[in-house]
Amino acid sequence: MHSSPHILQPASVRTVMVKVLIALLPGIAAYVWFFSAAILVQIALASVTALVAEAIMLRLRGKPVMQFLGDGSALVTAWLVALTFPPIAPWWLTVLGVLIAIVIAKHLYGGLGQNPFNPAMVAFCAMIVAYPQLMSQWPRSEFNALQPMLHAIFFSDRQLDALVMATPLDALRTILRDPELRATVAGILGSHATFGNIGGHGWEWVAGGYLLCGLWLLQQRIITWHVPVAFTVTLAVIAGIFSAINPAYFVGANFHLFTGGAMLGAFFIATDPVSGCTTPLGKIIFAAGAAALTWIIRSFGGYPDGMAFAILLMNLLVPLIDMNTQPKVFGHKRKPEA
Amino acid sequence: MLELFRFPGGVKPASHKQESSGTPIAVAPLAERLVVPFRQSATGAAVIQVRAGEKVLKGQLIGSAEGAFGSSVHAPTSGTVIAVEARPLPHPSSLAAPCAVIEPDGAETWCERTPLDPFNTDPEIVRARIRDAGIVGLGGAVFPSHVKTRAPNRIDTLVINGAECEPWITCDDRLMRERAADIVAGAEIIGRLMGAKRILFGVEDNKPEAARSLQDALGKIECGSCQVASVPTLYPAGGEKQLIRVLTGVEVPYGKLSPEYGIQCFNVGTAYAVARAVQHGEPLIARIVTLAGNYGQPGNFEVAIGTPMDALLPLGQPQDDTDRIVMGGPMMGFTLADTSVPIVKATNCLLAMSQKLFPPPLPEMPCIRCGACTRACPMILQPHELYWYAKSKNFGKAQEYHLFDCIECGCCAFVCPSRIPLVDYYRFAKSEIRAREREKVAADTARERYEFRQFREEREKAEKAAKLAAKAAETKAKLAQEEAAQAQKVGADKTAAELIAAAQARVQAQKEKDSA
Repeated sequence: MHSSPHILQPASVRTVMVKVLIALLPGIAAYVWFFSAAILVQIALASVTALVAEAIMLRLRGKPVMQFLGDGSALVTAWLVALTFPPIAPWWLTVLGVLIAIVIAKHLYGGLGQNPFNPAMVAFCAMIVAYPQLMSQWPRSEFNALQPMLHAIFFSDRQLDALVMATPLDALRTILRDPELRATVAGILGSHATFGNIGGHGWEWVAGGYLLCGLWLLQQRIITWHVPVAFTVTLAVIAGIFSAINPAYFVGANFHLFTGGAMLGAFFIATDPVSGCTTPLGKIIFAAGAAALTWIIRSFGGYPDGMAFAILLMNLLVPLIDMNTQPKVFGHKRKPEA
Repeated sequence: MLELFRFPGGVKPASHKQESSGTPIAVAPLAERLVVPFRQSATGAAVIQVRAGEKVLKGQLIGSAEGAFGSSVHAPTSGTVIAVEARPLPHPSSLAAPCAVIEPDGAETWCERTPLDPFNTDPEIVRARIRDAGIVGLGGAVFPSHVKTRAPNRIDTLVINGAECEPWITCDDRLMRERAADIVAGAEIIGRLMGAKRILFGVEDNKPEAARSLQDALGKIECGSCQVASVPTLYPAGGEKQLIRVLTGVEVPYGKLSPEYGIQCFNVGTAYAVARAVQHGEPLIARIVTLAGNYGQPGNFEVAIGTPMDALLPLGQPQDDTDRIVMGGPMMGFTLADTSVPIVKATNCLLAMSQKLFPPPLPEMPCIRCGACTRACPMILQPHELYWYAKSKNFGKAQEYHLFDCIECGCCAFVCPSRIPLVDYYRFAKSEIRAREREKVAADTARERYEFRQFREEREKAEKAAKLAAKAAETKAKLAQEEAAQAQKVGADKTAAELIAAAQARVQAQKEKDSA
């Protein structure tokens, strides 16, 4: 029996996911330009793993495999895993990360739409806890030959010394923490080839790509303004205040925004609808909280980037935030008691 | 210029108005049989006033309004009532209810019509006329109009709803274009009944001809307090709460009626019917119906109430691949299980559907909480949360999230990328909650009855025991009394003897005294 409404807007989960994938492309292009095409190998690796794992899980769960495989959600997860992992991570690290994301974080929680935690961030956190060293090894920025990188990905004898360094965020943190160096933020940023004009060398362009296409997602109404604005503003304000108070120890807003996963997080990860808040005020609180935690973990924590942990911690609070930020229903005077 | 407000949410489906709005209203020929249901209002059925075999005139009362909320029903044409029996009605469940089956004689002989001068007649008489003419809200809710004209407090603004926001439907559009003078006259009559200070006609801006036509009609009568407002085309701008919000800025919440805010709202078709009833003495026996969708000749028809849909549909020449008919629009209409049912006062459109024109939705996917529904909801609800609670049958929580504020406009389901039939879930939850409340009431009644019975039985037992005890006591007392009486009798005999002896002694003494 058909019931109203009898007409539907031509929208689907697949179009949503495909638009997200398209929006990631410019950032990926910048990534390839500055850090070699190894990232494409990682993306391919992650995609294949994700699709296979998704298909197997769907089959095991008795769901229509082709209908769900085509929704594109597994690919979005796979790409986010690949983009947050080091481009020279060994192949099995990426595969393992994607398996954790798809099998554990997504399907064991009930599949599409049911996961309380962002699968890509679960993968990142699991891997950085299990393999902190591998997850911190990034290619040198001046070094972008594909061949040795592929070697590093696919063969266990990783000739790391020539290839590897920390990320700008990690480098800054490590140098600042070393009491013997007595370094200041300004000194480090000026002295080191890792650091570019705004954020990290190359990173600022990748982040710019994410920013640009994040704005396109906004225009396409795939995401709303609440999360990206709250995330970037909160991060900028906190970083700005502390940098003004102690510029030698705390790096400024620009650096925070244009390095690491900040832009990717603001437009592509914190905006994940499944594991995020849905009320307008809830989205703002969620994103602001994630940004604040990111800054705290980056500034005082022991990990190269704090965004993944920040997002997971805020994922925990989503039901509570949503419950307490219900908007006023049409015509109702007061906010309903939660 | 009137300041307009925005209502939250809303969607913009393709309007498809031009398919049926271009041609004038045509009068549909009389069907061979008319099936006139006695239940034509939201509040209940009329009291049957005809018997099979009786001759009726066009406009003759065949079902009278019962009580303050009743609404009457009239013969749409002259002819013979050949049966009064239960027939299926246009309802999602095809419920059968009493109908008068009339065979027209073709003469269209009117009963006596008595026009009223609405401006020099007691408002109560005008109101009674509206009731006796069987006028109900023609926007689809079919609530008796005379009830709505009686507001507990003073009405400031009368809103005449010509928004017609549902795609495809153009019956109000054509009515406004062609019969604006009567609409305006009806609005003035209602306005006077309610003492309204101003009358606002709300028309969506995709119907400029209709707005202009109303404007011209208003210009002719120089109504200073009347105004036509062109409201932005955004579904559901024609929802009563939404239109009131747009025109006045007032938000009428669930559970409140707009008169409490000094506003009352009538559909243009209703205003037209009021004018015909009051100024011409014609009861509501016909309405404009749009045939739109999969037709060769879509258009609008003036149709006698009771015309079987099967007799009307061929006028639009439905295409061969038509697979179902929806009564109402594509956003809120329902599929007719059977097209032999009659046109009723609520029938504004018969939408012909085909796979090609209205492709069936792709398979349903899980909710990804994308929030498209929350942005589309005109009531600022959280449709995805309501869906979640309805699906898990957590009805308490669904009510906490204001399930009953939902107007079932369908915006959420329209935008849902997972193609979840959200409105179905809300309807399900609402009916379950209502059923449970009824059950609870029934259970309460049963419990009370049981408890009373127990109480009564105990009381009767106690009474019986008391009675028995009383009787026993009585018997006892009686026995005691009898005994006492016996004893007294013995005593009394004794006393008598004594008395006699005393008397004799006295006599003796007297004698002795006399002799002395």
